[in-house]
Amino acid sequence: MKTAVITFPASNCNRDAAMALEKVTGRPAQMIWHRETEIPSDIDFVVLPGGFSYGDYLRCGAIASRSPIVKDLVAKAEKGLPIAGFCNGFQVLTESGLLPGALLRNKQLNFVCRPQKLTIENGNTRYTSQYAGLKEVIFPIAHHDGNYYADDATLNQLEKEGRVVFRYAGNPNGSARDIAGIVNEGGNVFGMMPHPERAIDPVHGGTDGLGLFKSIIESI
Amino acid sequence: MKALVYVGLKPGVLDPQGRAIARSLNDLGFDEVTGAFQGKVIELNLSGDDKDHAKARVTEMCEKLLANTVIESYRIEIED
Repeated sequence: MKTAVITFPASNCNRDAAMALEKVTGRPAQMIWHRETEIPSDIDFVVLPGGFSYGDYLRCGAIASRSPIVKDLVAKAEKGLPIAGFCNGFQVLTESGLLPGALLRNKQLNFVCRPQKLTIENGNTRYTSQYAGLKEVIFPIAHHDGNYYADDATLNQLEKEGRVVFRYAGNPNGSARDIAGIVNEGGNVFGMMPHPERAIDPVHGGTDGLGLFKSIIESI
Repeated sequence: MKALVYVGLKPGVLDPQGRAIARSLNDLGFDEVTGAFQGKVIELNLSGDDKDHAKARVTEMCEKLLANTVIESYRIEIED
């Protein structure tokens, strides 16, 4: 089992993500710089970490999503490679077109930073199967642009296909239909604004994030 | 040549920054302001002198990077 974390200029959760992956797989994650052009073929799971890639210039995640490594990531996603993006990583996934919709400025305009209760909407995905029927988790959130937007047709399709994986219990940012995390049609690409990688050790205040990493690793 | 690219949120997409601007202007006594929408202007310096070609190229730039067409629309002006 080999995992990797892509690092962009001003990523700041890349080491948290690597720690989470190492904890669950027992092997260090490979760190891949954004200028690389290819994800090694033996990598089984890739995380796009949180942060403020390129200082959020132009739009959050916009410049990162056009970097050389993401081009290869898009090609490999279509072949089924599991990829998860948290926070800025989610923004990179929507900007690259791997996930539908976009993340707008928080409705209340303020930066939100707190533990956030989430409901698990679909426990049968590759990212939630190990929660064993658990209905609620608490993950930290820390973002200014986490207001999920998609047109009604897209939202209806996401709901119908069970691709809304997590919802906010108490909407912190104005996200459409309280959506916190979604998967692509193939179920291999997942994105969410909250930070499961910051909930993997008791010193974090909780370990609810472990189930997500265990789920995807178990599914490979 | 110079291209001016105006990028803004599409109608119907919530613009909380624009709303805050409108409210603040109302607070300052500008009661006639009934809405504000915040966008951005990107100025590009371009080589060449074929305006039609430039417009086509800048349109491609908008579609590929400058605008996120899920939420944003854009308008292009080409100047000498």
